[in-house]
Amino acid sequence: MGKVVLKLGKDISTDDIYPGRFMATVLPTETPQYCFFDRTEFNQKLKSKGIEPGGIIVADENFGCGSSREQAASTIRGHGLIVVARGIARIFMQNAINLGLNLVVCPTLEAQEGDELVFESGEVINKTSGRKFATEPLPPARQEIIDAGGLIPYTRRKLLESPPR
Amino acid sequence: MGMTVVEKILANASGAKSVKASDVVEPRVDLAMSHENAALVINQLNEIFQGTNREPKPWDPGRIAIIFDHRVPAEGPKTASNQKLIRGFVARHGITRFHDIRGDRGGICHQILPEWGYVLPGQVIVGTDSHTTSHGALGAFSFGVGATEMASIWTLGVALNIEVPPTIKAAVNGKFSRHVGPKDLILHLIGRLTAKGANFRVLEFHGETIRNMSTSGRLVICNMSVEAGATSGIVPADSETERYLREEAGVTDFGERVSPDADAVYESVVEIDVSGLGPQIACPHTVDNVKPVEAIAGTPIQQVVIGSCTNGRLDDLEAAAAILRGHKVASGTRMLVFPASGRIYAQALERGYVAEFVRAGAVVMNPGCGPCLGVHQGALGDEEVALATTNRNFKGRMGNPKSEVYLCSPAVAAASAVTGVITDPRGGN
Ligand code: SF4
Repeated sequence: MGKVVLKLGKDISTDDIYPGRFMATVLPTETPQYCFFDRTEFNQKLKSKGIEPGGIIVADENFGCGSSREQAASTIRGHGLIVVARGIARIFMQNAINLGLNLVVCPTLEAQEGDELVFESGEVINKTSGRKFATEPLPPARQEIIDAGGLIPYTRRKLLESPPR
Repeated sequence: MGMTVVEKILANASGAKSVKASDVVEPRVDLAMSHENAALVINQLNEIFQGTNREPKPWDPGRIAIIFDHRVPAEGPKTASNQKLIRGFVARHGITRFHDIRGDRGGICHQILPEWGYVLPGQVIVGTDSHTTSHGALGAFSFGVGATEMASIWTLGVALNIEVPPTIKAAVNGKFSRHVGPKDLILHLIGRLTAKGANFRVLEFHGETIRNMSTSGRLVICNMSVEAGATSGIVPADSETERYLREEAGVTDFGERVSPDADAVYESVVEIDVSGLGPQIACPHTVDNVKPVEAIAGTPIQQVVIGSCTNGRLDDLEAAAAILRGHKVASGTRMLVFPASGRIYAQALERGYVAEFVRAGAVVMNPGCGPCLGVHQGALGDEEVALATTNRNFKGRMGNPKSEVYLCSPAVAAASAVTGVITDPRGGN
């Protein structure tokens, strides 16, 4: 369960999530400060801890389109936020799964800022409006990575299964 | 059942007889490309090796390419230090396909790879850059990944848990009219498909227009395939691919062409006739907001940008120089030109294009990503409008969320630089 802390439209690009001018900052420990930097009010709220971990970003179709910059996933994950979108662009989805960012694809979702959402298997319930929306499973090929807690532990396991070079 | 080009490449790379869309494969990777974000890849590589009692090192340094392009020469100490860290890694592991900030071998990653013969038909190419789709122009399956995924590939030499993407076939026929070309075609297609129309899919290009197109033009359409969300764009290799590799990349052994089976299964087919197509413009703030140039001709512009991995090649500079010849850049408008590589810069110098640009009042910048991603040079002021041959017009892309970016071909950009407003190159000139 969590509260919608930001509602966005469609085609939100990684330039919006993490502007290119901060790309020299790469470490997941350092990227959170620039999260949605040009949405000044939201960024300020994040920085002043006015937004709790577990908060939900709701977006329309094609969230995370554009550049492959992984900072866009790590900057959101760093604040412990969850992304629920009607659709997600491929590279962003991959990056999010690889880094263990919590993602839900919900093609018909309707929610406003402040709404309380509850995640059940196969659906999102909007407690505020009382409506339910079916979710779409993440790509099954990636489930093993999610289960392993991200691509780093998953790859490490594969590495240890392989003979040393 | 017949296979598409990408299905054939993935079957071959993962040791399977045949694969079909949605199968999960683990293809070996022929080339793994990064730019300055190799700094993060190195960090993630170290994380993977942590606690394993093994020394973090890439599986095959000969298959790694690192090209500095996004912020060259460094715009500040942070980038400079990242670049320094990467140089150390490159030296330690003997990575030879390394392109530092140099006039002779530097440039934008998506130009360096084809130009130096690092991409061959039938290969699997990955890059920590979304426009890695570009290299499908040479008949390779080439897609963008994030830094952690790259670190995983550096570790194991394979891409893990890859779902074979379904393919959309684009059949392109007809002859371009004057001042219309590959950029207009791909903008038109993105407008039709929308920014998510090819998400998780491959765009495979066919038809006489593509067969007659140079590799430079094919690089434009594959480069921008990602703007429709595509995992990759691909042009099945043909005699033009072999000509390019031989004459322009100095490759003599380019393996086998991979062609789709006659009964390959496509998710859908898009037919395009370019004969009636005019110059296209992507309007702010999404690349699929495409209009014919007539619809917005007359819009004042403060900055014109010609360059990038999309349209910074010699034919692009030639087209722009030809239109500028004998004219001046309008006062109140700045024109920035950044060739895609050092080699192109040198060729443009020899052919006199650089002199044409300078004479007209344009600023010719060093090869690299420059203004394209808005970090470094050529940022816009509040409420300013730019017209660019680059590939993205997202809000803030050129360094300022209060500005606007329109995307177009080199011909439209050059014609508009002369007038200071968005201009149809077919009229007047
Ligand atoms: S020129 Fe622009 S689009 Fe191309 S690699 Fe550089 S930043 Fe990316």
